[in-house]
Amino acid sequence: MPGKLKAKIVAGRHLPVMDRASDLTDAFVEVKFGNTTFKTDVCPKSLNPQWNSEWFKFEVDDEDLQDEPLQITVLDHDTYSANDAIGKVYIDIDPLLYSEAASVISGWFPIYDTIHGIRGEINVIVKVELFNDLNRFRQSSCGVKFFCTTCIPQCYRATLVHGFVEELVVNEDPEYQWIDRIRTPRASNEARQRLISLMSGELQRKIGLKVLEMGGNAVVGYLQCFDLEGESGLVVRAIGTACTLDKLSSGSAPNTNTHMHPNTAPASNACNSPSKDGKEPVFVEDLPSSSGPPTPFRALPTSSSPPPFSPSKPCSRQSSSSDTDLSLTPKTEEPHSVRCRPGIFLCPSSPILSTDTLSLPGSGSVGCGRGSNPRATTSAPLSSIQSDSALLRKSVSFTEDLLLAASGMGSGGSAGKEAGPLRTLLRQQTQTALEQRGASSSGLLLNAREFPFFTLTSFPPGFLLHVGGVVSARSVKLLDRIHNPDEPETRDAWWEEIRQEIKSHARALGCHAVVGYSESTSICEEVCILSASGTAAILNPRYMREGCLDIGCTDHRFEEPSPPNCGFCHIPYDELNMPFPAQLTYCYHCRRQKVPDVLFTTIDLPSEAAVAGKGCLIQARLCRLKKKAQGEANATAISNLLPFMEYELHTQLMNKLKLRSMNALFGLHIQISVGENMLLGLASATGVYLTALPAPGGIQIAGKTPGDLSSEHISSIQKRINDTIAVNKELYQINPPELAEEGVGSPIPEPRHRSRLFRSHSESSDELSELDLSHGKKDAFVLEIDDTDAVEDIHSLLIDAPPPTGFYSCNTENMPGISNWTSGVQMFTSVRVLRLSNANLTNQGLNKIFTDLCENLLKSFYFKLRSMIPCCLCHLNFTVAVPEEELIQVTVTAVAMTYDKEQTQEKTAEKPVNKGSLEAEEQLQFPLELCADSSSSNIQTASKISGVGESTNMSPRAASVDYGSFADRCSTWLELLRLKAHTIRRGSVKTSRRTQSLAHSVSSLERCSPLQEGRSRSLRSSRSFGGSSVTVVKMTPLSFLPGTRIIKYLGIINMFFIRETTSLREEGGVSGFLHSFIAEVFAMVRAHVAALGGNAVVSYSMKECVFMENPNKNQAQCLINVSGDAVICISETDQESSASTANTGQTGGSETDGAT
Amino acid sequence: MSVELDVFVGNTTIMDEEVYQLWLDGYTVNDAVKVRMEGGVMDECEASKDVLLSDTMDQYRTFQMCERLLHSPAKLANQLLFQIPPHRQIMLIERYYAFDDTFVREVLGKKLSKGTKKDLDDISAKTSVTLKSCRRQFDNFKRVFKVVEELKGPLVENIRQHFLLSDKLARDYAAIVFFANNRFETGKRKLQYLSFQDFAFCAGQLISNWTVGAVDNMVEDMDVDLDKEFLQELKELKILITDKDLLDQHKSLVCTALRGKTKVFIEMEGSFKNLSRGLINIAAKLTNTKDVRDFFIDLVEKFIEPCRSDRWSAADMKLYLTHYTNSAHILDTFKHQVVWDRYMGVVKSCIFKMYHD
Repeated sequence: MPGKLKAKIVAGRHLPVMDRASDLTDAFVEVKFGNTTFKTDVCPKSLNPQWNSEWFKFEVDDEDLQDEPLQITVLDHDTYSANDAIGKVYIDIDPLLYSEAASVISGWFPIYDTIHGIRGEINVIVKVELFNDLNRFRQSSCGVKFFCTTCIPQCYRATLVHGFVEELVVNEDPEYQWIDRIRTPRASNEARQRLISLMSGELQRKIGLKVLEMGGNAVVGYLQCFDLEGESGLVVRAIGTACTLDKLSSGSAPNTNTHMHPNTAPASNACNSPSKDGKEPVFVEDLPSSSGPPTPFRALPTSSSPPPFSPSKPCSRQSSSSDTDLSLTPKTEEPHSVRCRPGIFLCPSSPILSTDTLSLPGSGSVGCGRGSNPRATTSAPLSSIQSDSALLRKSVSFTEDLLLAASGMGSGGSAGKEAGPLRTLLRQQTQTALEQRGASSSGLLLNAREFPFFTLTSFPPGFLLHVGGVVSARSVKLLDRIHNPDEPETRDAWWEEIRQEIKSHARALGCHAVVGYSESTSICEEVCILSASGTAAILNPRYMREGCLDIGCTDHRFEEPSPPNCGFCHIPYDELNMPFPAQLTYCYHCRRQKVPDVLFTTIDLPSEAAVAGKGCLIQARLCRLKKKAQGEANATAISNLLPFMEYELHTQLMNKLKLRSMNALFGLHIQISVGENMLLGLASATGVYLTALPAPGGIQIAGKTPGDLSSEHISSIQKRINDTIAVNKELYQINPPELAEEGVGSPIPEPRHRSRLFRSHSESSDELSELDLSHGKKDAFVLEIDDTDAVEDIHSLLIDAPPPTGFYSCNTENMPGISNWTSGVQMFTSVRVLRLSNANLTNQGLNKIFTDLCENLLKSFYFKLRSMIPCCLCHLNFTVAVPEEELIQVTVTAVAMTYDKEQTQEKTAEKPVNKGSLEAEEQLQFPLELCADSSSSNIQTASKISGVGESTNMSPRAASVDYGSFADRCSTWLELLRLKAHTIRRGSVKTSRRTQSLAHSVSSLERCSPLQEGRSRSLRSSRSFGGSSVTVVKMTPLSFLPGTRIIKYLGIINMFFIRETTSLREEGGVSGFLHSFIAEVFAMVRAHVAALGGNAVVSYSMKECVFMENPNKNQAQCLINVSGDAVICISETDQESSASTANTGQTGGSETDGAT
Repeated sequence: MSVELDVFVGNTTIMDEEVYQLWLDGYTVNDAVKVRMEGGVMDECEASKDVLLSDTMDQYRTFQMCERLLHSPAKLANQLLFQIPPHRQIMLIERYYAFDDTFVREVLGKKLSKGTKKDLDDISAKTSVTLKSCRRQFDNFKRVFKVVEELKGPLVENIRQHFLLSDKLARDYAAIVFFANNRFETGKRKLQYLSFQDFAFCAGQLISNWTVGAVDNMVEDMDVDLDKEFLQELKELKILITDKDLLDQHKSLVCTALRGKTKVFIEMEGSFKNLSRGLINIAAKLTNTKDVRDFFIDLVEKFIEPCRSDRWSAADMKLYLTHYTNSAHILDTFKHQVVWDRYMGVVKSCIFKMYHD
C-alpha cells in the first residue's frame, strides 16, 4: 500500500439546469479511483451546490497511482428514474507523485461531457500521501519527472544524459468493440477517454521504469503519440531522452553559494536572448574551478535530494514491456554499474549509487561489462534490413544531402540507382562501426547505445560538435488486428527497423548520434506510414564517459576545439570518402574546416551560431493523387510515390531557400499524410543565413528546349526571381559580413571552389542578373523549364508572399535574429478544412489549392494578430491530414510574441552570450557510447590547417558579456544571493573575451529601463486580473515565456478529449462545433494548470486533432490530444511581487522555492 | 472547392472592438465585411477579402458563444471557457449593454412585454436600428428589469453590481426600469422633442426624491415605486390655489422679487395664477396611476408650453421657478413646507431640463 489518495469535493457552480420543472438541479458527485467509488450527499435544488464533502480516501498501489486518473462524475439525482450524468472530470494525479512538483491539486475544474461540452465547474482538492517503497520488484516509477520541453528545463541542470527511451502499448479501440453497437455514444466516448488515459499512464510508468534502470530521474523531450488504427486497435507510443536532472534551487542549504551556478537565473537576461540564455546555464556547473575529478560531495545538491526511489532501484523488470533491448540485458550486467564509473563527473546521485552497486558483483569496475554486446548482432546493416523485411515494406529513406546530390536528376528511378552505391557504402561503414563497437563497446547501456538518439532540439554550447544533415526514414505498413495487447511486438519491430535505418544513415554521414529525433505516423484505412527523422550529429566526446577509448583520443580535431559559432557546420564525414557528392568549401569563419554549401537540420539553431539577418519560415507543399486501392496494392502505390514526394519537397525547399538568399534550414519537419486518393506532403523549416556557410547561389532559369518557350518569357521569369531574391535580402536583412581576402585566405585546391567563391562575390555586388551560365549548371542552381509544369512550379515558387511589415515567422524555438522579446504572448490554434469539389483534379491543380490553403492561413494569422506588431510567429507547427476522400485538413498551433523593434538592430550584432564552452564541457557527461566513425578521417583535415587569419575568425562574433542584463539580473531577488558567484564568473569571462563588450553594455543598459517599465506595467495588469477568481494561465509551444523565469515545473499535462454532437447545425455548424471544442480544451488545460498552482504551460502542443463529420446526419465527432509542461513562472524584473506571488500564489506549491 | 471548416482560437480570446460593434449593431457577416473593407482595414495588413471574411466569421462565432455569459456579466469574470483580460471584459459588458438613444426613446415607458417585442420591427424601421440590435437592447432592458425588480436596496447600485456596468450606464438603466415600471407616457407628439437623456435626468430626480427609497433608504425594497404617502400628502398643496388669499399673497411675493429682473415680467405676472394652478393640480392628481403616467405630458402642457408661447428664456424660467418655490416658504399660513420642497425640487429641475426646443 504505498500510497493514499485523498479527494475532497468542495462545491460546484454554473451547473446546467437538469430539472425543467424547477429550473434547478439536485447534484451529487461520484469520486472513483480504480474500482473504488465514493459518493457525496445530494445537494438539492441548486445550480451552485456546496458539498464540502469529507476526505474520500483511496489506498492504492503506486502503480495504479501512475496509471489511473481520478474520475469525478457529477450527476443529477432523480428519485424515480436513473440519475442523469451532468459531466465528468478526469484528474491526472501524476504531478503529485514526485516530490519537487505540485503538492496538492486544488481548484475549479470544468465539468466536461462528451456530448454537451463544458457544463459548469466543480471545486476539488486532491492530495497524495506516498510511502517509501523498498520493494525491489515494484512496477511503478514514481518520482521520474517528465518534460515535454525539448531542451534541458530552465530550473534544472543536467548532470547526466542517458539517452533514448521508448515504449509502446497497444489495446483494442473501444469504438470498434462489439459492445459499441449497443451502448450510447457518450458511454463509448467515455470508455475511450478513460482507456487512453490509462494507457498513457501505463506508458509513462513503463518509460519511467526504463529511466530508473538507466539511472536517470527524468525524461526530457517526452513525445507521446496515439495511433488510432481503427479496427486493428489503438497504439500509444512515446519517445524521450532520459536524463539525470538536478534542480537549481535556492535551497536553504548552507553551501548554496558554492553550489549554485552563477548563472542560475536562467531567463533573467532574457531580454537579450531569452531561450538561449535560459537554457544554457542549466548545463553549466559550479565555478570553472570545479572541473576535473572533483569532490563529489560538493556537487551534491542539498535542497534537491535525489528522487526518493531512483537509487535503490534494481533493474529487474517483469513487465510485459515490449521492447527487447533492455530485457535482453543479462542481469549481472546491471545498468547501475555504468553509473558508478569512477566519476570524472559529479553526479549528485553517484555517491548513493556507488554504495548501492558495490554490493552487486562485478559492477565495481567500469570495464567489466565490456566485450559482451548481446545486441550487436541484431543491429544489422541497413541493406539486410531492407531485404529481410517480411511485410510489404518499401523503405524510402533519404539522407538530406543525398537528396541534394540527386537534385540534378529527373526521376526517382535514378534516385534509386544512386542509392545503390550508397547502400554498399553504408554497409561498409556500418559494419566497420559494428566491429568497432563489438570490440570496444560496453554492453551495459544498450538502449542508449543501440539508438544514440536524442529528442532534444537544443543543446548547451560545445555539446554539439558537428552536424551532418537530416536523416529520415519512412516505411509503409499494412495494419492488421493486434491480437494480443500484451505483446505489441509487431509495432515494436516496425519502429525498431526504422530506428536502425536512421542509425545507419547517421553512420553514413559519419555521425555517431542523432539529435532532434522524432517519430510520427499517418494512417488511412489499413495503410500506415511510419516516419522518423532527426539530424545526424557528432557530439563532444568530452561529455562522454571516460573509457570510451574508441572516441576522442584518436581524433586530433577534438583536441583543438573548433570555434563554437561555426564548428557545428563543419562536415563530420570524410571529405575524400563522401557518402554523396556535395560541394564543400572552407568555412567562411575559421577557414580551417570544410563546410557544405547548405545545411538542413531538425534541431533548433544553436545559440552560439553566427547568423546574418533574420530567419523565416520556409514551407514546401505538395499533393500527389493516387488511385484508390485496397490492401497491398494500395501500400505499394503509396510506397512508390513516397520517394518522388520526398524528392520534390526537397527541391522546393532548396529553391525557396535560395530564393530567400539563405543557406541553412533548422527545425525541418516533413510530414507526409495519406488519404484514400491522395498523398499530402508538407515540409516546414526555418531558413537562416549562416555566415560560416558560403553565400547561396542565385537561381538560374534555363529553357531546355528553346523552341517551346520564348527566351523573352524565360528572361522575364529570371528577372522576377532575381528581384524576389533582392527583395528578400532586404526583408530579412541579410548582409553577410564581407570577407576581405576571399580568394587568398585559404588554399583552395579545386577549381570548383574558386568558381563558387567568385560567384558569391558577384552576388554580393548585386549583379544577379548577370550571373553567367558558364559557371556550370551544378553551381548556379539551374532550374530547367522543359514543359508547362515546370513553369507552373516556378510560378508557385514565387507565390509565397512575404509576411507583411512588422511580422516574422519561424517554426523553431528561437527566431534567428530576434531575441529581445517583450511580454506579449498569444498562443493560438487554427484549423481549416477544405472540400475539393472538383472530382478530376490534376496534381498541379491540387498543389495550387494546397499551397493557397497554407498561404491563406498564414495571411489570416498576420491579419488577426496585427495588433501585436512588431511581432513574430514562433513555433508555427502545421499538420496536414486527409480525413475523407475530398477533404484536406490543416491544423496549426503557434505563438505570436511581440518584440522590441528598436533593439533588434543592436541585438543582431550582439551575439548571444557565449558561456565559454570550456565551462559547459566540464559539467556535462553523457554516458554514451558514441562512435566517431569518422574521427580518423578528420586528422587529415585538421592537419591541413595552417595559420589562417584569426581575425576573420573572431570578427563577426560580437561581445558576449552583457552588463545590462547583468544589472537586470541583480535586481531579481533570487539573484542577490548569487551575486558573489557572479562577480567571480564575470571576471573570468571578461578576461577571455575581447573588447566591444563595453559599447554594448552601455547600449543594453539604456535599453533596460523602458523595457522594465513595460514589463512591470503588464505585470500589474495581470495581477489585477489575478485578483478575480480565475488565474491567468499563459500557454506557449516554446520552452520559455519571454520576460519571465520558470521557477518550478509542476508536471506534465497530457490530456485527451472526445467531443461529439448530434445537433451539429444547432451548434453553429462544423466551425461552431470545433471552435467551442478547442476553446473548451484550452479551458480544461488552463484549469488543470491553475489547480496545480501553476500560471503557464510551456512546450504546449496539440498532438492530435481528428475531426469527423456527417452533415447529413447532423453529426460530428472530434478527438483532441494536447500536452505540455505546467510551470510556475515569475516576471524576472519584478522582485517584490515575485516574492509575493510565491506566498500568495495558489496552493503551497511555490513555498519551497521561495524559501530564501 | 470550398472551405468546409475554418476556426481560429487563441488562448487569450482575440476580439476586435470594431467587429464587436458591428456584431452588436446587428450587421450580417457579409455586411460587416463590407463595412470593414470600406474602413480600410485591409490596407493595414495586406489582407484580402477572404481573410477578412474568415476573421469576421471567427469573431462573430466568439461573440455568439460569449453572449450567454454576457447575459449574467458576473459569470464572465469567473467562467473558464474564455480567457479575457479584465479591461476587455469591461468593454464587452459595457458595449453589450449600451443602447441607441433613438431606440430607447421609442420604448421608454412602454411595458417590457412580448407585445412590445412584436412591435420591434416597426421601431427598427423607424429608427433605422437593425432589428437584431433592437432585440438585443430590448432583451437587455427586460433582463435588467427582471433582476432588479425583486432586489432590495438602491436601484442604481443594484444594477451596477449585478451587471457590472459603469455608473452612467447603470443610471440610464435605472431610468429605463423606472419608466417601464411606472409606464410614464413619453410617446405623445408633444413630448417628441425630448431626448432620452432629458427623461433619464428626470427619472434620476424622481428616483432620488419621490420614491420610497428616497426617505427610507435600504430598508424598504422598492426604488422603482413612487412613495404613496408622499403622493397622498401632495393633495395638501391644493391650498395654494384654492385659498384665494394665499394665492394672491404668493403672487405678490413672487412678483415683487421678479420685478425688474426680467424682460417678460408682464407675461409672468399675467400667467402666474394659471401656471400655479397647473403645477399644483399636477401634484394633487398624482395619486392616480393614470395621472402619474401623464406626469410629463402634463408638465409640458400645463407649464412649459404656456411659458414658451410667452417667449420666456431658460433663464427667465429658472428665475421664476426659484422665486415661486422660495416665496411659498414665506407664506405664514402655508404649513406644508417639506412636501412643497420635495415636490418643487423635482419639478423645478425637471422643467429646467425639459425647457428647450
